[in-house]
Amino acid sequence: MAWINAIIQGILTGGLYALFACGLSLMFGVMKVVNLAHGDLAVVAGYIAIGIIAVTHVPVLWSFLIVVPIMAVLGYALQRTVIQTALDRSVLTTLLVTFGLSVVIENGLLQFFTANSRGIGANLALVTGAFTIGSQISIAYLLLLIFAVAVAVLLGLQYFLSRSKYGRLIRAVADDKEAAQLAGADYRHVFGIAAAVAFATVALGGIAFGMYSDLDPTTGTDTILLFAFAAVVIGGLGSLWGTLLGGIVLGVAQQIGAQINISDELLAGYIVFLIVLVLRPQGLISRGAQS
Amino acid sequence: MSASAASGNEVRGDRAADGTPLLEVRDLVVHHGQLMALDAISLRVLPGEVYAIIGANGAGKSTLLRTIAGLHHPTSGSVLYDGKDVTGLRPERRATQGIVMVPEGRRLFGSLSVEENLKVGATYARQGPWTMERVYEMFGWMRERRNQPTAQLSGGEQQAVAIGRALVANPRVLMLDELSLGLAPVVVQRIYGMLPQILGTGLTVLLVEQDVSQALRVASHIQCLLEGRTTLEGKPSDVTADQVEAAYFGLAGTAASPAGEESEA
Repeated sequence: MAWINAIIQGILTGGLYALFACGLSLMFGVMKVVNLAHGDLAVVAGYIAIGIIAVTHVPVLWSFLIVVPIMAVLGYALQRTVIQTALDRSVLTTLLVTFGLSVVIENGLLQFFTANSRGIGANLALVTGAFTIGSQISIAYLLLLIFAVAVAVLLGLQYFLSRSKYGRLIRAVADDKEAAQLAGADYRHVFGIAAAVAFATVALGGIAFGMYSDLDPTTGTDTILLFAFAAVVIGGLGSLWGTLLGGIVLGVAQQIGAQINISDELLAGYIVFLIVLVLRPQGLISRGAQS
Repeated sequence: MSASAASGNEVRGDRAADGTPLLEVRDLVVHHGQLMALDAISLRVLPGEVYAIIGANGAGKSTLLRTIAGLHHPTSGSVLYDGKDVTGLRPERRATQGIVMVPEGRRLFGSLSVEENLKVGATYARQGPWTMERVYEMFGWMRERRNQPTAQLSGGEQQAVAIGRALVANPRVLMLDELSLGLAPVVVQRIYGMLPQILGTGLTVLLVEQDVSQALRVASHIQCLLEGRTTLEGKPSDVTADQVEAAYFGLAGTAASPAGEESEA
């Protein structure tokens, strides 16, 4: 039973990891930008949520209604300025620039908010509550909610990319930037929209992590970025549903590792990550298979 | 440079009587790195005309079209459209103002369906006669295959989608870059057979073609490039096959072209 419990917990945690990973995957798929500040931006979103909840007393769960638009605007602005400028030089430059962004954000947060860790809504029944199945399986309401949100986000992204005008333009620009220009599309604007969407998912990831665990200025690179990377690589670069599959594989591996020995949790996840990287570098769902 | 510029000037004088050009290129110089791809090219495209640029591989034809579309930055010279200087305008702005190019190699959006490709073309369209409906009418097979990925189409069908994607933007100047590339002659014939229908809606066509006989058949004015310079231009009916051959291959010593003296370069 303990093993079944581990697998169930792993699957549910995979939803959280998918939430981290889908934005990273989107930005790579469209702009070929590997955003190394991805995790730090999630932490920023979490801190904004903490601030907004403290100041306005908005219900914890609804804070995303304010944080998501803020991050989306920030995403558009960052893409149109810093990231686009780097892209104009070379794709490699974006690695350096987003790495720099990551360092600046992390140290900025340390400077202004200290190294203390903070949680979001730590005393809510939803955050602490769980229901049990049998004697050994305990499912946290929060994890279940996060998993549902992740699935909803992926469905929403899929619908947006396949049906909407901007989704179509994003796919067109990802296919052939120049041909899109000849059709009258300013790819820089389309990139901005894609970044706004990616940052909106980052905001949800940051808030979700703040409720699931604690945030501190180093969480972004130590945890969120690494897990997002692992989920993207395991699932398949550029594949949307691959991020959920990758997140689940990572989550299950971690929980099974923890079941063997509590200190093996992270190691088990990275071993699976390494195995996939060696045996199936294109990921479990390769890009060609994606609709 | 002096000879071709002189020939350009002569032509400007000749054709000025025909009216104001919709698209004009003045002394365009374009470099690819150290290499000079275009050396003071000038041309005037009048409204409603089919203007064909011919020339061998590497003559600079595609560079010329791409520069007019805004994808290359000229070292010097200017591009005028409807009397306004558009040399500094971004490619997408030129497209929305009515200079639309069907690029070489078709360049369809591979992960989009036929219909989605057309929709992207129509996103920033000008007002005008061309709709997706009209494109479907012109290419009868397209409607029932509109949900297929473009990778499943034949080369000729892909070319048709690329033309459709450009038409739904309602261009005033439609630029066609090497339509015949990689297509069977019968398919090329069929595609060029659509040209009268397209012109019937008031478009002006500027095309680049390696297939000289095809270009001579459809064009109202031709200009031959050789190594970035103009070696011949005029109405197809006014030039002889020998002149075209000399201009195309750069045979020195012929009386064919005013710029013939440079062709040994």
